[in-house]
Amino acid sequence: MGGTTGKNINVTVKVWRQRNKNEKGSFETHDMKGVSTDMSFLEMFDVLNERLITEGKDPVAFDHDCREGICGMCSMYINGRPHGPKNAVTTCQLHMRSFNDGDTIVVEPWRSAAFPVVKDLVVDRAAFDRVIAAGGFVSVNTGNAKDANNILIPKPEADEAFNAAACIGCGACVAACKNGSAMLFVSAKVSQLALLPQGKIEAEKRVLDMVHQMDVEGFGNCTNTGACEAECPKSISLENIARMNREYVFASANEKK
Amino acid sequence: MSNAGFLKSSIGKKVIMGATGLFLITFLMVHCFINMLIFFQDGGETFNKGAEFMGTNWLIRAMEIVLFVGIILHIVQALVLTLENRKARPVPYEKINGAANSSWYSRSMGLLGTLILMFLIIHLKHFWVVSRFTDHIAHNEYEKLPGQETLFKEMMEVFENPMVVLVYVLAMISLTYHLLHGFQSAFQTFGLNHRKYTPIIKKTGIAFSIIICTLFASMPIAMHFGFVK
Ligand code: HEM
Ligand code: SF4
Ligand code: FES
Repeated sequence: MGGTTGKNINVTVKVWRQRNKNEKGSFETHDMKGVSTDMSFLEMFDVLNERLITEGKDPVAFDHDCREGICGMCSMYINGRPHGPKNAVTTCQLHMRSFNDGDTIVVEPWRSAAFPVVKDLVVDRAAFDRVIAAGGFVSVNTGNAKDANNILIPKPEADEAFNAAACIGCGACVAACKNGSAMLFVSAKVSQLALLPQGKIEAEKRVLDMVHQMDVEGFGNCTNTGACEAECPKSISLENIARMNREYVFASANEKK
Repeated sequence: MSNAGFLKSSIGKKVIMGATGLFLITFLMVHCFINMLIFFQDGGETFNKGAEFMGTNWLIRAMEIVLFVGIILHIVQALVLTLENRKARPVPYEKINGAANSSWYSRSMGLLGTLILMFLIIHLKHFWVVSRFTDHIAHNEYEKLPGQETLFKEMMEVFENPMVVLVYVLAMISLTYHLLHGFQSAFQTFGLNHRKYTPIIKKTGIAFSIIICTLFASMPIAMHFGFVK
């Protein structure tokens, strides 16, 4: 961790530029000279944008917030992979030391019918919010905070729910999937609640409603390639997709309609 | 608000894909066992008996209809899924590094399936059409009328052509890869993903795909080169 290399490299950045949702975009190429390998990928973009602003040009719009791998905003499809060449990291956690001198780096927005491009690399991920709104909650009267361990939950289940809850809603799974499927995200959100007693009560309705919303949003169908799991910055497991499939089949069979 | 019906949902469609796929796999096993009878080296006598049983037993004939329904469902559903999945990414990526996150054959199920389908048409024309819709095939050597052949002899003749052998072998390679992904994928689709059982399912799938397809491919090769008497 953290070993300083102190090197500088020259890279060529080929980045997608698109003024707005309706206009057609195209690639723009920028030479970046003397980039410190200790920079994060987003810092490299900051440097590029400073330069563009000084030149009186429009800076490249990209999403970012926490810059520490927890908010899920930094959506960039880098050299053919969401969040770039390293596994289990977000773009903000990617450093220029993962690239070589002379590299050309192609940066594109997430490509999905359900994630329209807002500008340049920024996409609208409100489709995820609508999936959550369809059932990703527990309907309880919250009242005062309860004592911890009021409801006993076995450690393995608690761990599994926690692992599913690690999903940051970044959308890399959709971006990576050749089918543009959102199964990993939705299954993580279904699982984190279905595994716990508080969430079990509404589990059937939840899975039906969330999968329905996922389909309405225009995400593709899963073919179990496993690309999502491999590219997920939080290593969300395919086991969650299997759990959701299982729950969906049983909930459909039980549906009183 | 609720779901628009199980069979129309993304997961429902996948379950049909998996169920028909696994059904086709059980068919492959039966088909392979029967065909292995050519290796008895008895001029096809045992094989012809097996073929007669398969052609006349009412249960098998009924299953043949189920089989065709299964194949058609599998193909139609594959087409629907593939078209929907294309629509889900209207603007393609400039650069894709698929090898970094998935196997090429898991990403090529539609293509592999299409190759299998093309083979299936040729294959059905070679044997199924001839034995069901013409008088060309006799049950055995003793009941043979003039101009008739047993199914065994028909195979020997068809596989004299090296191009036919090549097509069959290439098709079996496609099927191997289709099943390398498809076998384990179907279990995941049914929601069976378990730390204990999934590794066993995956290994079984690999072994199954390779063994069944190699056995199938060995038949035209053996007949062509005269290893079957
Ligand atoms: C006839 C032409 C065929 C076509 C066009 C075709 C196409 C496809 C496609 C597109 C998929 C979905 C991709 C995926 O789930 O990863 C698939 C899955 C599958 N296919 Fe086929 N296939 C064909 C024949 C066969 C045959 C002959 C078998 C078996 C003997 C088979 C077994 C399977 C299995 C087990 C799956 C996995 C199902 C799942 O993931 O839920 N297919 N096929
Ligand atoms: S499952 Fe992983 S890749 Fe998908 S949204 Fe959640 S954190 Fe991102
Ligand atoms: S900016 Fe928050 S995860 Fe990258």
